Amino acid sequence: MEYFVQQLINGLTLGSIYGLIAIGYTMVYGIIGMINFAHGDIFMIGAFIALATFLILTTVLGFAFLPLVLLIVLIVAMLFTSAWGWTVERLAYRPLRGSFRLAPLITAIGMSIVLQNFVQVTQGARVKPLPPQITGGIRIMDGVQLSYMQIIIIVTTLVLMAGFTLLINRTSLGRAQRACEQDRKMAALLGVNVDRTISLTFVMGAAMAAVAGLMFLLLYGVIDFYIGFLAGVKAFTAAVLGGIGSLPGAMLGGLLIGLIEVFWSGYFSVEYKDVAAFSILAIVLIFLPSGLLGKPEVEKV
Amino acid sequence: MAAPAVAQAQAAQNSFAGSVKDALIAAALTGVLGFFFLALRTEIAPGGLDLSTRWGLWFSAMAIVFAGRLLLNLFVFHTNRPITGLFARRQGGKTAVAGPNLFGRLVGVVLLAVAVALPFLITTFFPGQQRQLIDLGILIMTYVMLGWGLWFTAMAIVFAGRLLLNLFVFRSDRPITGLFARRQGGKTAAAGPSLFSRLIGIVLLVIAAALPFLIITLFPGQQRQLIDLGILIMTYVMLGWGLNIVVGLAGLLDLGYVAFYAVGAYSFALLSTQFEFIGFWTALPLAGLLAAFWGVILGFPVLRLRGDYLAIVTLAFGEIVRIVLLNWYEFTGGPNGISGIPKPTFLGMEFTRGEDGVAAFLGIEYSTIHRFIYLYYIILILALVTNLVTMRLRRLPVGRAWEALREDEIACRSLGINTTNTKLTAFAIGAMFGGFAGSFFATRQGFISPESFTFLESAIILAIVVLGGLGSQIGVVFASIVMIGGIEMLRNLGFLTQIFGPGFDPVQYRMLIFGLAMVFIMVWKPRGLVTTRDPSAVLKERKKIGGDLVAQGEGH
Repeated sequence: MEYFVQQLINGLTLGSIYGLIAIGYTMVYGIIGMINFAHGDIFMIGAFIALATFLILTTVLGFAFLPLVLLIVLIVAMLFTSAWGWTVERLAYRPLRGSFRLAPLITAIGMSIVLQNFVQVTQGARVKPLPPQITGGIRIMDGVQLSYMQIIIIVTTLVLMAGFTLLINRTSLGRAQRACEQDRKMAALLGVNVDRTISLTFVMGAAMAAVAGLMFLLLYGVIDFYIGFLAGVKAFTAAVLGGIGSLPGAMLGGLLIGLIEVFWSGYFSVEYKDVAAFSILAIVLIFLPSGLLGKPEVEKV
Repeated sequence: MAAPAVAQAQAAQNSFAGSVKDALIAAALTGVLGFFFLALRTEIAPGGLDLSTRWGLWFSAMAIVFAGRLLLNLFVFHTNRPITGLFARRQGGKTAVAGPNLFGRLVGVVLLAVAVALPFLITTFFPGQQRQLIDLGILIMTYVMLGWGLWFTAMAIVFAGRLLLNLFVFRSDRPITGLFARRQGGKTAAAGPSLFSRLIGIVLLVIAAALPFLIITLFPGQQRQLIDLGILIMTYVMLGWGLNIVVGLAGLLDLGYVAFYAVGAYSFALLSTQFEFIGFWTALPLAGLLAAFWGVILGFPVLRLRGDYLAIVTLAFGEIVRIVLLNWYEFTGGPNGISGIPKPTFLGMEFTRGEDGVAAFLGIEYSTIHRFIYLYYIILILALVTNLVTMRLRRLPVGRAWEALREDEIACRSLGINTTNTKLTAFAIGAMFGGFAGSFFATRQGFISPESFTFLESAIILAIVVLGGLGSQIGVVFASIVMIGGIEMLRNLGFLTQIFGPGFDPVQYRMLIFGLAMVFIMVWKPRGLVTTRDPSAVLKERKKIGGDLVAQGEGH
């Protein structure tokens, strides 16, 4: 029982990180209908920016108060990663707006290769270890530890999700985004600046990925230029599992993928945790071809 | 926004100041993006991570972006801007002056002046490195001259080729070909590639068939590397053609094609290392069958999926295959892979020096290059078989059903086509060719491990198909030559170390440049390098159709 609860907590933590990345996929997919393959690498970029900022603040400037440091790191990482997200959209996707479906997919894969190799060339191929910064936790029952790090990750995710839902549902930007999602041409006719809305979608997705990058860095303490690929594939799997285009679906899918992975490693074998996640995706899609919360596509003749 | 405001904004954008502003913004963006990656570098140091700074690199990146963007703004993007409009207006007077315009001439004069003064500039500004830099200048100049030579040759070839085509192919009303035209007129509905693309095909085929001998004659020093490169390109051509069946013809987006490549490679490797009597030629059909079987296994669960759901499941399938290969240690050797895979034999004989080797049998002197030539011809024939089968299948009912499925699934179903079988055959046949290519890969390498079957490989194959022009057979060839040949050529950029110092390793920039090229080609030509398609079926008259008219398939 203790083991189960412990794994549940671990799974929710991992799932929150996947969920944060999955939001970027699902939003971009919802609005322009493309798989942003470079999004996993934007997450990796976010983790690297967070690491460098953290080092500047602690070793160069000598800040010692950890919460403040982390807050600054979070804001800096979100801002700079957003700039990367914006640039990728501007260079690789906007010129292909209205082109055929596979073209942006190929530029996205190309961009993903570019980002990975850019970081490898400029930052080196070796892993970057960061000693654990947040230690300790609360014991909730015998043998079950809820660490402060896990609390921070889950709470941050909840807060961001709440803020995000409000932004989509209540603000004019969110309304513009929903309009673009439904019908881009009509939205443009009604005065929505479509290009700007799409850019902002990428910026928001990148900011979420930066948060996930920071969380990943603090949780695992090791990053390298290749972390984006696997995390990206998992997050995309999560987005599809939840029903791509649906925000709550992305979060639900992220949590599910995290839980599946952790429980599979805990009870069966660590090596095949990815196989388990992917197989469950395939099985779910056989029975629910548009994911758990996705709207079924209407076939018009 | 009101119309005058738009015009005003455009005018502001078109001014010189506008160009500079735009370039400054681009440079500032580079600064922001590059700050954490170019200016800072995290290093592992004793007692934790250490930060080092590289301000020079950061500033030069910004300067390069500023200059590049400014030049592009001024001279390429907006030629109606005042700065170039000036020249344009002057030119308006001289109506019939041929040759470069004033602006082009200006650039020429400036370049010439720089080139003439270069040695003195170098000795003045970089006295420490004058030898290397002047050497580099000589090298560049040599290539410029070679390039101009090539240009002339190209012009001559194009002239001759065009003349011949004009005489014999295009003007079919002329007496010389009218003969053929009249004969052809009878067959109204003959499908297949037009005469012109057939001609290109034949020329390429002749070159491909003669390639090893061309290489041996022209570049005796590098024959091994070049034939190896030819083999590599041919392998990708074959993979591209195999994937083209699934993506280009049936319109099913498959991001896990490498799984079948892996199945083929591992089938051959395991069969040949476990059973003595199985060689390459026995294992080849078995590997193809097994891969086709896995194609059907993948096909079943994805039958109902559409578009990107299909894409993610195929991607997941590719990853599952790779992870299983990596972790099923007892069966596949895990990360260590399988080594000692036998080489292909020629009528049962091996390429060895001994009495029973091929060289002795044929009565020629033994050379290690024979095996490479043999491998080259194997993959050439395999690739040609792929192409031939695809071309024939396109004319069979199943091939037409694939294309109908790509164009419109609902219409396809309403016409009574069994979409289940259509999709499954597309997956199976595409997978079969992937399996063939996989067993060739295994025999060529002699060693395989899961490392060779990552998602990147699938992405490269898909990129070749899309960059070449989806559904175009010849496009796959061009894209393979450009992308695979291109990245292999980047290994030979040793002279760049002269500029950037000995610490510069061009090999690590290979994939970076590869990715940039992918983005650039796609933005430049979203429909692929080959933009026309040969229709499978024609009515009365054969016409080329634009790639735009061919549906991409939504993957349903």
